[in-house]
Amino acid sequence: MPDTKSMIKDHVLDRPNSYIGRSVPRPNAKRLLAGRGTFTDDVKLPRLTHVAFLRSTYAHAEIVSIDVSEAKESEGVVAVVTGPEMAEVCSPWVGVLTHLEGLKSAPQHALAVKKASWQGEPVVAVVANTRAQAEDAIELIDIEWKELPVVADMETALDPETPLIHPELGDNLAWQRDLDAGDVDTAFANADHVIEETYISNRHTGVCLETRGIVADYNPGEDQLTIYHSTQAPHMMQSLFAKHLNIEEHKVRVICKDVGGSYGIKVHSYPDEYATVALAYMLKRPVKFIADRLESFTSDIHARDHRVKTKVAVSNEGEIQAFEIDDLTGIGPYSVYPRTSGIEANQVVNLTGGQYTNPNYRARAQVVLQNKSPMCQYRAVGHPILTLITEGMVDDAARKIGMDPLEIRRKNLVPDDAYPTTAPSGLPFENLSHHASLYKLVEMMDYDGLRKDQAEAREQGIYRGIGLATFIEVTNPGPAFYGVGGAPISAQDGATMRLDAKGNVIVEIGVTEQGQGAEAVVAQCAATALGVSMDKIKVIAGDTDITPYGGGTWGSRAAGIGGEAAVQAGKALRQNIVEVAGIMLQCDPSTLDIRENNVVDLADGNERMALAEVGRVCYYRPDTLPKDYQSELVVTRHYVPKQFPFAFTNGVQGCYLEVDTNTGFITFKKYVVVEDCGTVINPLLVDEQVRGGVIQGLGGALYEECLYSDEGQFLNGTMADYLVPMAAEMPDVEVGHVESPTLDSELGAKGAGEAGTGGAPAVVMNALNDALEPLGGKVTIQPFTPERILQAIGKI
Amino acid sequence: MTNEIEQIPVALTVNGEKVSKLIEPRLSLVDFLRNELELTGSHIGCEHGVCGACTVRVNGEIVRGCLMLAVQANGGEVETIEGASDSGKIDDLQKAFHERNALQCGFCTPGMLMTTTELLATNPDPSREEIREYLSGNYCRCTGYEAIVDAIETVAQERKGA
Repeated sequence: MPDTKSMIKDHVLDRPNSYIGRSVPRPNAKRLLAGRGTFTDDVKLPRLTHVAFLRSTYAHAEIVSIDVSEAKESEGVVAVVTGPEMAEVCSPWVGVLTHLEGLKSAPQHALAVKKASWQGEPVVAVVANTRAQAEDAIELIDIEWKELPVVADMETALDPETPLIHPELGDNLAWQRDLDAGDVDTAFANADHVIEETYISNRHTGVCLETRGIVADYNPGEDQLTIYHSTQAPHMMQSLFAKHLNIEEHKVRVICKDVGGSYGIKVHSYPDEYATVALAYMLKRPVKFIADRLESFTSDIHARDHRVKTKVAVSNEGEIQAFEIDDLTGIGPYSVYPRTSGIEANQVVNLTGGQYTNPNYRARAQVVLQNKSPMCQYRAVGHPILTLITEGMVDDAARKIGMDPLEIRRKNLVPDDAYPTTAPSGLPFENLSHHASLYKLVEMMDYDGLRKDQAEAREQGIYRGIGLATFIEVTNPGPAFYGVGGAPISAQDGATMRLDAKGNVIVEIGVTEQGQGAEAVVAQCAATALGVSMDKIKVIAGDTDITPYGGGTWGSRAAGIGGEAAVQAGKALRQNIVEVAGIMLQCDPSTLDIRENNVVDLADGNERMALAEVGRVCYYRPDTLPKDYQSELVVTRHYVPKQFPFAFTNGVQGCYLEVDTNTGFITFKKYVVVEDCGTVINPLLVDEQVRGGVIQGLGGALYEECLYSDEGQFLNGTMADYLVPMAAEMPDVEVGHVESPTLDSELGAKGAGEAGTGGAPAVVMNALNDALEPLGGKVTIQPFTPERILQAIGKI
Repeated sequence: MTNEIEQIPVALTVNGEKVSKLIEPRLSLVDFLRNELELTGSHIGCEHGVCGACTVRVNGEIVRGCLMLAVQANGGEVETIEGASDSGKIDDLQKAFHERNALQCGFCTPGMLMTTTELLATNPDPSREEIREYLSGNYCRCTGYEAIVDAIETVAQERKGA
């Protein structure tokens, strides 16, 4: 493993009193514990109005006529706006990117024009003095609908007899990608064994506890839009709102305060949010939209609706010789703007089997339109599916030849000393540690001991199973993810650092806090690089008027990219400070350093001058400095990964569970994750990202499913009907680390936010199938509900 | 039709302060606290009594602020996270949650803390299973619950030793 520290002189990890690698609690969490956060619904402005939306009750229907006359007269109503009126202010969009060649979608409006294409699509906006009054008025709107045939089932979406959702597109195929690497046909022809299977991941969604929300205000006096938004990407939203309202970008300010969960759900642009901003612009006063829970279920993006046919070739000796997959995914009626709904399938094609040495790989992904809520990127985008099928195929192969699942992985995983290498899809991997991670996992979970326990339990009629799932994960995305395709999403991020007159430091950062600890990590990096204690640092994020232009927080990029920007800004500010201190102290700046809020002698750490004194002189008494010298106590530095398109990470999950073969209920006996996210900046926060990610992944694996009728009606749109993990059922998760820093940055940190989610469904499925094997049962359809488990063993 | 709704008076004590307001009978307690009194620490996650983000204390009992009408609290005593926090009586819980990172986005946290105060009042020495069972009415989408259970366990042990 490369030794990052030895490779770079004056390395940030070598600083005295470094915060890197320390479990520092998040400074910004205290206000949340006191109930003093500011979530979007907490924002109250003078003359505030509230919007509610009449949403389509049909999955697919033409709007024949709309009568809003009675609604306009209702108590407290300020405005009632329909699709055509909205379209005069807010232009439509098409969710495509040029690097997903051939991806097509139809123009989408903030409010439906002519027809609605999913149940939940916003159709009419009512603005009133209270939300209740707006909802009252919605009851008075009379819409005549003409129902259209519904395309609900993705399996038949491309059949010739299936009606077209958007006839102008010519078919219901949004995108198709084919990949053929190595010599797949020969490998299958010569294989000792070929195993075919079909794996299904059912559609689920993020269920942020804070629903989507936005408060927009327009001040015509300064032609200024100010938008408080629960979002992950303020600058992206600034760009999009400006574009579609035809306003200059600098006239749009997006402020993102506390965000009550996002997980990818809040990184997209939504029709109701454009509509809210447009309404504020039209009415010249503030408008608030807070989705209720039913609106969230039917208008937040959904994800992970995939049917994948798999085929794996394996030799008698356990060598995996080929993977072939055929992925079908239904994305709703539109590709979501601006990131598109092709990325999830693209990840499946790019990364399936990527941790294994096998070079023979064929993949097809078909992305089809349907009349259900739009699908797009949700935490661990594509990884839960691709890990499920990869690790499902590997277990299929192992089972076929009677090899232990651990052994087949050891035999086929890319060796740790083979890097850098490339996946069969061509994506480059810098530095992964599958074997080291697997070794550590086996130790942590006591694999051999569990096998023994499993055998003993079976003798007593108790069915326990061990699951393993190795994974790779995309983090720290560069411009290859979105920018190259034309999306207004910054790949780089910046940090501005300012030493104030009292020796305190303000850090303005482009990445945003979503609760994962971005601000804490940025403060740790800034404090370490500069040489100050964390209590001297204040981090400001989430305001497009203030922070450097940046991409925000998604794709596990905040720590790796935002952290590195803070490191570089801290180093640059340190340089500027020791330069002016050298003048004051009449010594060579290269003999000085900053440690614990003081300028010190580099050699022995002797204190020379407090930072507060540097600040005092530079701001209040610059007359005491040379006339030809200007101090600079504000610096900005940016960072974007340049050597690799993504900083891939890896890890492995292992679990041991027991199945009650009478009820289909499962109990976790052990759950272990070993993760390699490069440099661990804050072990406490990283471990909690992994744990939270695992539990979110277990939600999809065990409970969560957006159920639809054949008519495209959402059937379980309440939190009582759509189940998410609760405290009682969830396991404790042991987390271990292997650290392979990326050499693309000085910090060496890769992302950690999605690894838990990506691997959870696979490890549960493999453990379940290990448990059910003696009963001849096998589950392949996620979520693995008690009903499906009992069906698999023929009990029902 | 104009949808005019008659307003009725309520008077109650919230976090020790007497308040009286004229409100619509349909107003939920949590909407009343958030919108009329600007106590925005109680959050609205589902509005149908499942997620627990709106948990507050009414006349000594924890309730779902979304399932109770404000008029039902007329004449009563209500405590919200703001009152509990400012009183100092949950300092140890807040500290343990902070140090253990038992919150991420923090949206569920006020409800989680209100529920925890009730748990530790009724069962000062809960097992991990009992903690998990008791918290089953409070959803958290970020943490996966383990850190929350750890923090509560820590406080229970500290209080026992105190």
